[in-house]
Amino acid sequence: MGKTLFEKIWESHIVVVEKQNNPSLIYIDRHLVHEVTSPQAFEGLRMNNRKVRRPDLTIATMDHNVPTTDRSLPILDQTSSSSVQIKTLEKNCKDFGIKLFDINSPNQGIVHVIGPQLGITLPGSTIVCGDSHTSTHGAFGALALGIGTSDVEHVLASQTMWLEKPKPFEIRVEGKRKNPHAVTAKDIILSIIKNIGTGGGTGTVIEYRGEGIADLSMEQRMTICNMSIEAGARAGLIAPDEKTFDYLRDREYTPKNYESLVDSWRDDLKTDSDAKFEKEFTLHIDDIAPQVSWGTNPGMTCNVTDSIPSPGEFSNGDENQKRGAEKALEYMALEPGTLVEDIKIDRVFIGSCTNARLEDLIEASKVIRGQKISSHVQAMVVPGSQMVKKQAEEMGLDKIFIDANFEWREAGCSMCLGMNPDILSPGERCASTSNRNFEGRQGAGGQTHLVSPVMAAAAAIHGHFVDVRKMDLS
Amino acid sequence: MDSFKKITSIVTPLDKVNVDTDQIVPKQFLKLVQKSGFGKFLFFNWRYDEQENEKSDFVLNDTKYKNSQILVAGDNFGCGSSREHAVWALLDYGFAVIIAPSFADIFFSNCFKNGVLPIALEQKIVEKLLQETGAIEVDLENQIIKTPSGDISFEIDSYQKKVLLEGLDDISITFQYEDKILDFEKQSKIPSVL
Repeated sequence: MGKTLFEKIWESHIVVVEKQNNPSLIYIDRHLVHEVTSPQAFEGLRMNNRKVRRPDLTIATMDHNVPTTDRSLPILDQTSSSSVQIKTLEKNCKDFGIKLFDINSPNQGIVHVIGPQLGITLPGSTIVCGDSHTSTHGAFGALALGIGTSDVEHVLASQTMWLEKPKPFEIRVEGKRKNPHAVTAKDIILSIIKNIGTGGGTGTVIEYRGEGIADLSMEQRMTICNMSIEAGARAGLIAPDEKTFDYLRDREYTPKNYESLVDSWRDDLKTDSDAKFEKEFTLHIDDIAPQVSWGTNPGMTCNVTDSIPSPGEFSNGDENQKRGAEKALEYMALEPGTLVEDIKIDRVFIGSCTNARLEDLIEASKVIRGQKISSHVQAMVVPGSQMVKKQAEEMGLDKIFIDANFEWREAGCSMCLGMNPDILSPGERCASTSNRNFEGRQGAGGQTHLVSPVMAAAAAIHGHFVDVRKMDLS
Repeated sequence: MDSFKKITSIVTPLDKVNVDTDQIVPKQFLKLVQKSGFGKFLFFNWRYDEQENEKSDFVLNDTKYKNSQILVAGDNFGCGSSREHAVWALLDYGFAVIIAPSFADIFFSNCFKNGVLPIALEQKIVEKLLQETGAIEVDLENQIIKTPSGDISFEIDSYQKKVLLEGLDDISITFQYEDKILDFEKQSKIPSVL
């Protein structure tokens, strides 16, 4: 019987063979490190007199809690815990010989944006990071896993980790979007999560396949794979094609023998036609609408043209889901039956490892160009990396956003998780291009609606959600 | 890591589905550089109001559960972020066992690395446990939960069971395979980053 792409990558990375019901020891090709989930791991190494086995396969940056305001100024409070974490990472990287893109580096940015941008992410490789959105790198045909701090320590010490083999899950995306500027990769992945649920992918590695995936650019594919974790999956991946190989060619850290690697990837990195998946789901995208989340997990999502569902409609008879939806509506201060387009917003956040790449900013700028944001809205753009920021500025995108009264910030995770000063105040409602609408995620009491960059941009202009299919975005 | 002993305690019922790690420990508390001291932040936004007074309607603030070591919750417990701080907070607060119909993968794996036992049981059984007011005993060795209304058996991966019972450090286990790691590295085609 044939094998899936995931199984091929898995098998080529086994160090100690799986025994029945036991995890296997898997080799890790790339380890990305950031300031929030690594301090305790380095501390563990020190306590046990261990070193980093392969500093040459390890790269660090600071993204989660860095300020996104003027970097020429010092962090306001040098004794603050954010500042301590940043200094701790600097010291750990120095002590253990790890390459660090620090706050002043032109390569600094969200780990999942800089990995591909620098050519560190490679097809067929295994990649880990102490961050659940590591699944992003799966867009390049890598097996990319988010891990906890104990595993960060384990990988630092041994370049391997113990893992039970997940099950392969095929998600086919079929058809063509009528308006690909208005209906985006974000709308595809939100539609998938809406259908399979936030636990729908638990215990699996999703392979996204079909015409609807092949049509996407690399940056759009990253948006899809990024949110695999929001469906509960261990990872999500897409078989590499010429778009993949082109994207990684001639980057700063692209391997010297890249073309010979590409030759082998072309032959090896695909699912065999007779391979079997343990689970399957198909989404037809010909007629899907822009999506807006209304609740407190990404599965609680509807079309922009819908009205807010009642807990009964949402739960389909499941009592637990119904209570979850009641709680969510109470937290979000929304009434069932309200049209999504009538929901007024206070804040707009364009950023995060889901949607802060150059293409996202280009698409959003088309909505903004020559307009001003609504007088009651405060809006910000936080590019995913310093490199994205620079490229956008070379194209003049910063001016378009600034002229429209957006704030144009430095790179980082920012208001996606609000570990730095960029947070919502209680009761503020935000159209956000990020990945999680959990209670308090963007600030205690803040209300998050997940949308695409064009939907967020349009909401900023109008002060409420609008169906971007009605706009000219070409 | 300490070895896992039999636990006897009343259960703390947290009757919610999709409890995410942002709720277990909100992000403003992820800035410590050590593993201890996260218990006071556990379920912070559910436990405290804006003035940081205890909310009387939240289960952890009910004094009868003060010394409980077993948390029972709804489906998909621990979803969201990979932050191990969630497990550190549960452990530091005093929970050694989490029971739910299902767990998110990364959270589930993080539990074992810290000596916390996550047990997945059928929805119906979990619903009964949510109502259980007497003490129950969790016996990992025999994979049995003893309750006033009868015994419940549970499944666990044999490797994870051994790790918990013996309090093993999995990095030391891995170092026993040094030869195999070296062999793998010799044939690996993926080049260094630098």
